[in-house]
Amino acid sequence: MLAAWQILAMLFPSRLFPTPIDVGAHVWTLATTGKLLPDLGKTLTRAVIAFVIAMALGTAIGIGLGRSRVADRLFSAWVVVGLNVPAIVIAIVLYIWLGLTEFALILAVVLNKLPLVIATIREGVRSFDPAYDDLGRAFRMPFLRQLRLIAVPQLMPFVLAAARTGLSLIWKIVLVFEVLGSDGGVGFRISVFFQFFDIKGIFAYTTAFILVVFVFEYLILRPLERRVLKWRQPR
Amino acid sequence: MSGPRLDIAIAGKRFDFLPEPLLERFELMVEPSSVVALVGPSGVGKSTLLRMVGGIDRLFSGNISVDGTPAAAAPPAGFVFQDARLLPWLTANDNIRAVRPQTTEAEAIEMLGRVGLSGFEHYFPHELSGGMQRRVALARAFSVNPRLLLLDEPFVSLDRTLVREMEEVLFGLIAASRPTVLLVTHLPEDAAMLADRAIVLSGRPARIAADYRFDIPRGQRSREQREAIANQIAASVGTGEHQLP
Repeated sequence: MLAAWQILAMLFPSRLFPTPIDVGAHVWTLATTGKLLPDLGKTLTRAVIAFVIAMALGTAIGIGLGRSRVADRLFSAWVVVGLNVPAIVIAIVLYIWLGLTEFALILAVVLNKLPLVIATIREGVRSFDPAYDDLGRAFRMPFLRQLRLIAVPQLMPFVLAAARTGLSLIWKIVLVFEVLGSDGGVGFRISVFFQFFDIKGIFAYTTAFILVVFVFEYLILRPLERRVLKWRQPR
Repeated sequence: MSGPRLDIAIAGKRFDFLPEPLLERFELMVEPSSVVALVGPSGVGKSTLLRMVGGIDRLFSGNISVDGTPAAAAPPAGFVFQDARLLPWLTANDNIRAVRPQTTEAEAIEMLGRVGLSGFEHYFPHELSGGMQRRVALARAFSVNPRLLLLDEPFVSLDRTLVREMEEVLFGLIAASRPTVLLVTHLPEDAAMLADRAIVLSGRPARIAADYRFDIPRGQRSREQREAIANQIAASVGTGEHQLP
């Protein structure tokens, strides 16, 4: 792919179609002399804070809705609303109410991701095998021990699924919300490049951003998944 | 070591989906260190009774005591379910230790050795055959309480070779620890093989249709004697009539 891109860019030279080598060199320049690293840092901080809050809150609410039919009947419609309201609407409303603040941006990201985590965890709790509850009762396992050895392992595949889908969603919406209103970050910088039709800058930031996503995927998520789900029968 | 005495006096046990009580004015005493088989057709209430003795089902009126202590407050029994019911995310060793934290790693390994699974301590359940999983479940039950074993159709869905293998393991454990054992089975031949006494349940509410005590100790019964016992029990299960041996 990269080779094809390189050849095509060399055949049709244009300021709007830089070669991957040019983009790679530009990444280095922006990282060493530009604002790439502080921008990446800002975006990452926002994404991580929003991710942690949404996962913690979504897991707690998802467990509640999964265990209680009454709570589910009361709030499941809101989960559906949350899943389907366009992300941009939530961001705009919060920016109007709270101003173009860091808090508004992170809250908008959390509110966009939360319903997805709730729905995934709720399904996880519903899929718990009641036979294991009998096991806990028969051997009088204390509540916390049952939670740690029976409930959490059953929930982990769903938590990991929520983390993976949630993370991919967060990367996208953080950038969109940064474009909409922020004082820095990858999205903000890309919107500035857009105003100057600086394709090389846009590609350079996108490349750096993808590298960060790969680091998350291959150095954190996958090893974690392998460790947590190593008991699963290989298919 | 010897097993506890069980005193079962159930005033009533109902389920919402059943028009009649499953058990009513049901009484049974199980002598210490005896192996008692509960035999009867599916749905008669054998497994429910076992769950009540094990403290899993506490929604009934009446009393069940283990050496004088209410079953729910007594130390947990070694319960073996119809399926192995191992936690798939834990190794064989950890499955044993999960239900009783005081069990040390060495004790769990020793227990696995007693059921013929030395060297399989770190295997996950999916890496073990069905028969091996059942043996881990038996080891787990024994490590929790070697004095009282509650076995709920422990041989169901195993082929007869594996059943014999499991029975051999059980024979060894019972001979070594002399526990009180309550064995639920729908197969008279399992009772004929393992039990000192067989209680045949029938009807609704369930009643004791027959109560057999066998003179020849288990393990010393010939094939013909086991068949005769099994036929005797089968006849009671079939007719629901009270018969004396």
